[in-house]
Formats: sequence, C-alpha cells, structure tokens
Amino acid sequence: MSSRERRSTADSQARARDRSLLEGLRRGEDEAFRALVDANTGPMLAVARRFLRNEDDARDAVQDAYLSAFRSIDRFEGDALLSTWLHRIVVNACLMRLRTRRRRPETSIEDLLPGFLENGRLAVSQSAKRDRADHVLEARQQRALVTDAIDRLPDIYRTVLILRDIEGFDTEQTAGVLELSVPAVKTRLHRARQALKELLDRQVFDRLEAAKNQDSAPLVQTAEEVDHEMP
Amino acid sequence: MKCREFVEFLMSYLDEELDDTARSVFEAHLNGCRDCHRYMEDYVQAVELGRSVCREPAGPVPDDVPEGFVQAILQARRAVGSRGK
Repeated sequence: MSSRERRSTADSQARARDRSLLEGLRRGEDEAFRALVDANTGPMLAVARRFLRNEDDARDAVQDAYLSAFRSIDRFEGDALLSTWLHRIVVNACLMRLRTRRRRPETSIEDLLPGFLENGRLAVSQSAKRDRADHVLEARQQRALVTDAIDRLPDIYRTVLILRDIEGFDTEQTAGVLELSVPAVKTRLHRARQALKELLDRQVFDRLEAAKNQDSAPLVQTAEEVDHEMP
Repeated sequence: MKCREFVEFLMSYLDEELDDTARSVFEAHLNGCRDCHRYMEDYVQAVELGRSVCREPAGPVPDDVPEGFVQAILQARRAVGSRGK
C-alpha cells in the first residue's frame, strides 16, 4: 500500500470514528463526551500553551473551547474531522484571551531585525558570524532553545508565526482570524521569522561562549556523535 | 539591489511570489553577497526549526492531561445542558 493510500485509509477510519462519536454526542451520552475529551485535550492544551505561555490561561482557553464546542455540536456538519474543528475553536479561544489579557513587557521587534550599514550592506553581527554549531547541538537542547526563542517574540508577531508556521493556517486564514489584511500578515510573518533567526543566533552564541568559558560538560557534540544519536 | 532590499524581498522570493525580472535581480545579489547568502540560509533554518519543535514525538503535546482537568471539562459540559446545549 502506498503512503497516499495509507493516508486515505486512515482518513476514512477517522471519519467513521467521528460519525459514531458524533451520534453519541448528539444523544448526550457521557461516554461520547469522555471519549472526545480524552482524545483531544492533550493536543488542544499543547496549542493553548504555545499561544498563551501560561498554564492557567491555557487550561481556561481549552475549557472555553470545549464549552463553545458543546454548545454548537448540533450545528457541526461533519465536513471536517472533529479534531480539526476543535483545533480551530481552541485557536480562536486563545486569540480571544490574547486580545483581552494585559500585555506583558516585550522585547521591541526593532531590536531583533537586521541592521544595515550606510551603504546598504547587511551589518553582520558577531552572533551571526558564529560557526554553524547549532547543527551539532543536541536535539533536546535545540528544542528548548527554539521554544524559548518563540516565547520571547512580541505577541503580535509570535501569534502570526504560530498560526502560519506551526498551526498550519494559510495567509488568508491567518488574516481572517486576526482581522488583518493579507499584506499585514505577510509583513508580520517576515519580521517574526527574522526576529526568530536573530534570537536563535544570540542564544546559540551565548551558550557557546558560556561553554567555552566554563570548560564544563560539552554543550556541543561532534557531528558524528549527533548523527549516531539522532533517530 | 542592496542587502536591505534583499532582506525585504526574501520571504516573497522563498514563496516564489517574485516576477521573473525581480527574481533574476534577487538571485544576482544572492550569488554575489556571501552575507546575504548566509542570512537566507539561517532564516530558512530558523523557520524549519520553529516548525520542527512542534512536530517531534517528544515535543510539547502532553500525554499526561490531569484527570482533575478532564473532570472539570465534563462537569462544565453537564452544566451547559444535558444534551450539551
């Protein structure tokens, strides 16, 4: 069986499971609600944590999303998978919370965008001149570093980056949920990616400097070691 | 083209949204400027790293949702109405 056929079979099975689950939900069966919550709470919580970076807020958003879904379950037409439908609802619940909660102090995006010399050439920062050591950081360290960098982006840029690059929304859908124009989404996404690049540059550079100064357990492995360890 | 314009049009280039003329000018700069070449590589890598942290099996999808939280959701459901309305 080809991978396309396998995907198609998996999709058909998921739709069949959804149909049966949906019947139970519409009949108000406790077991059906339990099954829905068991299957979807983990992924929904992961989405909410990415957006809100605070466990209490993330749980509140997931709960809001479920309540919204439970109220509208009779109107769900089954044209998408239940998991996809819930994903959209929890994203909206997170965006709603981001709009209403008090802003925390943020790094200015301008400080994270590239600088240029008077002649228009790129001003290459020290961190950008580092060796490409990020290729040989342990996968676990790299994940922590990237997650931290995304968390440090200002909210209006982080939100666009998460929607477009992580949650799988296209530019038009992102513009729709954020009530922005398509060009505004593109500008914010490009700035967010530039800032993410800069933050990763700085963090890797700082870690390499710290490792060099402390001469402690090596943060950097050889490429051969990483190749051996990576799945 | 200067580096400033290169950086400005980078995402449009990667999304294949530049017309033929603009793409040729962009690529001429790319081939002649080591700093911009490196900038583009790091930019692409940063985007891919951002995507990959959320795809990895050991990534942040929790499989240890607290039972108390699940119960709170189900209780809230009952409060919404016996048929979920």
